[in-house]
Amino acid sequence: MGGPLLTMIVQRIALGVLLLFAVSLLIFAGTEILPGDVAQAILGQTATPEAIANIREQLGLDRPAPMRYLEWLGGAVQGDFGVSYSNRQEIATQIAGRLGNTLFLAAAAAAIAVPLAIILGILSVRYRNTFFDRIISIVTLTTISLPEFFSGYILMFVFAVSLQWFPSSATVYDSMTLLERLWAIALPVMTLVLVVVGHMMRMTRAAILNVLSSPYVETAELKGLSQSRIIWRHALPNAVAPIINVVALNLAYLVVGVVVIEVIFVYPGMGQYMVDHVSKRDVPVVQACGLIFASVYIILNTIADVASVLANPRLRHPR
Amino acid sequence: MASLLSVRDLKIEATAYPPGEPPKDITIVDGISFDVEKGKVLGLIGESGAGKSTIGLSALAYGRGGVRITGGEVRLNGEDLLKKGPRGIRQVRGAKVCYVAQSAAAAFNPAHKLGRQIVESAVSHGIMSKREAEDRARYLFKVLGLPDPDRFGQRYPHQVSGGQLQRAMTAMALCSNPELIVFDEPTTALDVTTQIDVLAAIKAAIEETGTAALYITHDLAVVAQISDHIMVLRHGKMVEYGPVEQIIEAPEEEYTRALVNVRRERKEEARDQEGAVLKIENVDAGYGEGAQVLFDVSMHLPRGQTLAVVGESGSGKSTTARVVTGLLPAKAGRVLFKGEALPAALKDRSRDQLRQIQMIYQIADTAMNPRHTVREIIGRPLTFYFGLRGRKKTDRIKQLLEQIEMGAGFIDRYPAELSGGQKQRVAIARALAAEPEVILCDEPTSALDPLVADGILNLLTRLQAETQVSYLFITHDIATVRAIADSIAVMHRGRVVRFGPKSQVLAPPFDDYTDLLLKSVPEMQVGWLENVLKTRRMESAGH
Repeated sequence: MGGPLLTMIVQRIALGVLLLFAVSLLIFAGTEILPGDVAQAILGQTATPEAIANIREQLGLDRPAPMRYLEWLGGAVQGDFGVSYSNRQEIATQIAGRLGNTLFLAAAAAAIAVPLAIILGILSVRYRNTFFDRIISIVTLTTISLPEFFSGYILMFVFAVSLQWFPSSATVYDSMTLLERLWAIALPVMTLVLVVVGHMMRMTRAAILNVLSSPYVETAELKGLSQSRIIWRHALPNAVAPIINVVALNLAYLVVGVVVIEVIFVYPGMGQYMVDHVSKRDVPVVQACGLIFASVYIILNTIADVASVLANPRLRHPR
Repeated sequence: MASLLSVRDLKIEATAYPPGEPPKDITIVDGISFDVEKGKVLGLIGESGAGKSTIGLSALAYGRGGVRITGGEVRLNGEDLLKKGPRGIRQVRGAKVCYVAQSAAAAFNPAHKLGRQIVESAVSHGIMSKREAEDRARYLFKVLGLPDPDRFGQRYPHQVSGGQLQRAMTAMALCSNPELIVFDEPTTALDVTTQIDVLAAIKAAIEETGTAALYITHDLAVVAQISDHIMVLRHGKMVEYGPVEQIIEAPEEEYTRALVNVRRERKEEARDQEGAVLKIENVDAGYGEGAQVLFDVSMHLPRGQTLAVVGESGSGKSTTARVVTGLLPAKAGRVLFKGEALPAALKDRSRDQLRQIQMIYQIADTAMNPRHTVREIIGRPLTFYFGLRGRKKTDRIKQLLEQIEMGAGFIDRYPAELSGGQKQRVAIARALAAEPEVILCDEPTSALDPLVADGILNLLTRLQAETQVSYLFITHDIATVRAIADSIAVMHRGRVVRFGPKSQVLAPPFDDYTDLLLKSVPEMQVGWLENVLKTRRMESAGH
């Protein structure tokens, strides 16, 4: 590992951290200018102005925004997101379990979707322009086009209502075993896989096809190698960088974009938690969720950046 | 005796998709027949579009892009490759017939080490075990004169030089011990001093292993060094086919004679080389914070004459031109135009100073807006510098088109509708439109076929006689220099190693680099390569 490579990686990571700070500022500013007032929301329409002022003081809302931002950020860096307005509990402890659930759901979906997408992508390149390729192309285009609440309800109707193979509600408890949990989340996982697999598969196909037109693939062809070997040994390693990027984008979507799925399947994850508290105008919770989602997004993309730098032999082995 | 490779009545077609018209089949190669005996080399020569590469690839039953072999026979040891199925063809490719591409830099996979790629076909065809193949690769590295043969295979393609990559590609082709190798312009992309080494290495390797070869090139002088027979091709048809001595020394066809005679001197150097329209004084330059590229470069160009700047890639020729244009301000030293110092940076120069120095580039294609017609391309400087419009402008454009021997009929064509030579002519007209004192020519002929390049050089010479324009002519080709220069500056690693009138620069006593450069230029003469190598051996033995 040479110096320039290390510098490059450190730069990417530093950029990620910087971005995170910018996002935290945006989140804070965004929730600040949000219409409505927490005190009003807690006390209801009939509250007296004195009572509202009282609550505002209690919550520290009367202090200037920059100070509150710095306090909030200082706490967040140490894992302290403050106390929920609505139920007066530590946000960090509430989130911990829910974040675990969301990551579990996303990981299960990713474990199926990523290998499936890459294998389908490679197969559709191997059998490009055949019947098989067209079928995959049409099916994945359909799954991308369907909104997830729609495919979610369809799956629920077929597998939970008609066939009764899987439960329709994905509620999980602490007492459940791993197998029971997997059973419970089968339908949301399926829905998520349907949503992300098409995008990743099509990008994998495009990335490999792009490489297949390069002169070194012609060289491989003129060596008399088999199609499979050409794709695996000569095309795939050079298509890794774009594939990593699209995978990271979809992984981020799996974590961040599950809000709708969690609501549909009543899954106790971050998304549901956030939606609940938005309606209660519980600003600290919304801020905490926003910051965590943003972190996941930025961390995954930074990992993808670093990985595609590492995938480049010119950078890995300088002259 | 039966031939190793026997091609009969080869016909190759492709489908063209002209805009707005139905697709149509065009014939690329028609009625080609030839034989290659075991251990012999057949040279295929012709201009771009002559079908040489297409014919070469047919020996592997391969059509590049949408190209299809539609007729004839390609027999290898009596078996017709065109009748084999995909599996049968795969068993021939990489095992019995191998291919060496023009650009080894693009033909090697950047993701794998060289060694792995070099042994791949031998191992995957089951010709030898991995260990045997690696031993053979090391042996071939030695034969081909690659540095550190034991560890060369551990490197990645981007870690070795262009000349080394080209030799590595030859090693890759030889590794599976094939009966025939197709060399597709293997030295065209190399500098001449590198080319001679690669050429010698290829020749030695062919002799050592007894492999037969098809050697494709556009350079007759190169193919004369390595072939036993030569086939001259034009527009996909055979022009002449015979032993190398006959083709070089007694060509029968007029086209072949033109190819043989293409490198002829055409200009006496000017006697008086004192005054200077352009003078470069002690220039140092470099890019950004990076290493310095030019060191104390000085030269001058008298009015109405041609100063040729010669050197290999990386020698600083083009950087010198960038300093003159002001695109790259010099770090030290100055550029004088008619005795007056030009501002170093482009943005500080007046419009008239800009007008006085124009450029012609190597690739005319990328130097023109593909969405502009010839009228717009040539008309732009007329409006910009002289404010010409309407009828006057059109008249001047037509006049310029006449000057470059193309005629007013081309005025509304797009660059895509012009040939390579015509594009370069339009680029010349655009430069002339500004009525400059100096035109910087950056390798304007090196991307062109020899006969087309010849036409461009003639045109440049004629325009100089008519308009007294001066050329700073950048090139790596000594034959071009001999043809057109009045004075020469030889550059090497950012320094001018030799500067003066042509007759002095090209006459002994030489400095080491100029000597090497001049001796590396292939001459149209059978046995030239052997003689050079012999002299070199004697010299190194004498030291």
